[in-house]
Amino acid sequence: MKRWLIWVPFAVALGLLALVGWGLYKPADRTVRSALVGQRLPQFALPPIVPGKPGLATAAFAKGKPRLLNVFASWCIPCIAEAPQLLKLKQAGVEIDAVAIRDTPAAIADFLARNGDPYAAIGDDKTSSVQLALGSSGVPETFVIGGDGRIVLQHVGDIRAEEVPGLIAAVRNAR
Amino acid sequence: MKRLLLLLLMLVAAPAFADSNLPPAPLANVQLKDPAKEAQAQTLMLTLRCVVCQGQSIADSNAEMAGDMRALVRTRIAAGQSPEAIRAWLIARYGDYVSYDPPLSAVTAPLWIAPLILLALGVWFARASFKRRAKR
Repeated sequence: MKRWLIWVPFAVALGLLALVGWGLYKPADRTVRSALVGQRLPQFALPPIVPGKPGLATAAFAKGKPRLLNVFASWCIPCIAEAPQLLKLKQAGVEIDAVAIRDTPAAIADFLARNGDPYAAIGDDKTSSVQLALGSSGVPETFVIGGDGRIVLQHVGDIRAEEVPGLIAAVRNAR
Repeated sequence: MKRLLLLLLMLVAAPAFADSNLPPAPLANVQLKDPAKEAQAQTLMLTLRCVVCQGQSIADSNAEMAGDMRALVRTRIAAGQSPEAIRAWLIARYGDYVSYDPPLSAVTAPLWIAPLILLALGVWFARASFKRRAKR
């Protein structure tokens, strides 16, 4: 038996400890991203949820002008934090449509009255069907849809104030 | 006294859930009438990952989105779609990540090959130690 072999278990344990420490201080990115980025927006047609605002269908996109597709819900707290940023985007001339996940007309009307209404159209997705078709895994999420109907970019989570210029640029660059 | 009362009040506070106020989708928690189709759906649901609660299958999870995914699986099975077509539909949207049955590719190759390498290593190690014993 070679003498130095006695140190092998110790080295292995140290390595394991380092691995655990690394995992603790630099956790892996667990964000689930849509595999549809770069591809065409899937076909869907959703009824309206609030009076006076149209529902949302795939046909609303691919009209030559890039748009934002915001996946949100009235019961989602980060969506409230995101609302001022969406209003800023609208002021910058970005057109925004939305899919309301598992929501009711009254709750959406209340949400829009409280937090502002940046949306051109809101589709009513009662069973998350369009959310699943988009490869989206939560609320809020925002997709940049190019003028040709392709998904250019997926933003997971609420849009922060410092992320607004980047999104405006992404919409400008999407053709 | 007041502080203690406030602390005690915390015990009865209802937890805040990030859940909607709509009931689950019709087929989220209701089995299909045809037992053969329900069995097909159940087998598939056990091998699909819930994308919210990432360590669970959609069959195990109580998340609303898992319920919606179960409803999607059951609706499509009832409409006559094959389980593999549904899996492919979900993989096209969420990547291989959504399936608990990873296909063999450059990324997943170590997953499939590592056990074979470890087994070969074990055989080699056992042979070496048996030989040593025989010599003695």
